[in-house]
Amino acid sequence: MKKSNSILTLALVAGISFSLIACANKKSTDHENGNGVHDHSAMNHKAEDEMSDGSVVETSENKSISQLIDQYLVIKNALVQDDARTAASAGQKLAETSSSIDLNTFEASKQSEIKEILEVVKEHGEHIAKSEIAHQREHFEGMAKDFMDLLAITGTDRTLYQQYCPMYDKGKGGSWLSDSQEIKNPLFGSKMLTCGSVKETISMK
Amino acid sequence: MKKWLKLSLWIVLIVLVGIQFVPVQRNEIEPVTNADFIEHYESPIVIGNIIRASCYDCHSNQTKYPWYSNVQPIGFLLQNHISEGNSELNLSEFGLLSNRMKRTKLKSILSQIDNDKMPMPSYLFLHSEAKLDSLKKTLLVSYFDSILVDIDR
Repeated sequence: MKKSNSILTLALVAGISFSLIACANKKSTDHENGNGVHDHSAMNHKAEDEMSDGSVVETSENKSISQLIDQYLVIKNALVQDDARTAASAGQKLAETSSSIDLNTFEASKQSEIKEILEVVKEHGEHIAKSEIAHQREHFEGMAKDFMDLLAITGTDRTLYQQYCPMYDKGKGGSWLSDSQEIKNPLFGSKMLTCGSVKETISMK
Repeated sequence: MKKWLKLSLWIVLIVLVGIQFVPVQRNEIEPVTNADFIEHYESPIVIGNIIRASCYDCHSNQTKYPWYSNVQPIGFLLQNHISEGNSELNLSEFGLLSNRMKRTKLKSILSQIDNDKMPMPSYLFLHSEAKLDSLKKTLLVSYFDSILVDIDR
């Protein structure tokens, strides 16, 4: 009698602790789920229609954008060297930086578009942080245009070159930004290091 | 030795029965809204049916749960998968995204389908109806492409 009682108690304790673990798991996934909701605001104009004017930008803004550019370039250089680990950690930093930029330092009329760009950059950064190199390159290529749109609005702190290789993605082509005119292809890395040409130079006025 | 075996079998049994009573939050909450991808773009019926069959179990708020989702711990594992899929892409709320985010998501959708990464093989194992044969794949890719072009305009 005593023995069967202790077996029952043991089983109950095991059952309850299992349930508690399951509940804790559920909570954490619920929390993650909440991040999937984005608020939206209308986007009436395209960024490329506005020419940037670096002189309008305040220093504080410039600093946050500088960090973003720095991290973008770290990812680029890592991909040039087929270094997925460095790219991943820079992707994580890129995601963190893009959500920490204070939108209030920008002109009110530009805030909604900058916010949308930063959300997308964050998304790309998160994927670069957790993917294998081919997928990292896909997301890196995906954010080139968003970065250029951002620079057109906020201005830049350095001269950047938009470079383009027509062979990427089965001949669909792909772009990236570099701080040097010399072509070192991050979309192919060592497989085709010199594919590409400079399409546009983004410099300060 | 025999005693211990008997004891552990009892424990396993009771734990398995016990966890059947743990509530799992299900992902079939709200009615379809205007933000739903298929509603938002007024997708043709054929396309809508493919998207519903192949994507909606994990990428919308309208999961169709199989009977074994009521059996734990399978149900917990399924719910984890679904929550993960939903946080990457929730087609029930697609209409709420900014145009820029829509473009980004569509490009990822296209690349995943084009490279046969989605629907996931582990999902197809038990959901043959979700499989994209080459015709369905071509239809979906050109459809998502056309939406992407429209957003770019």
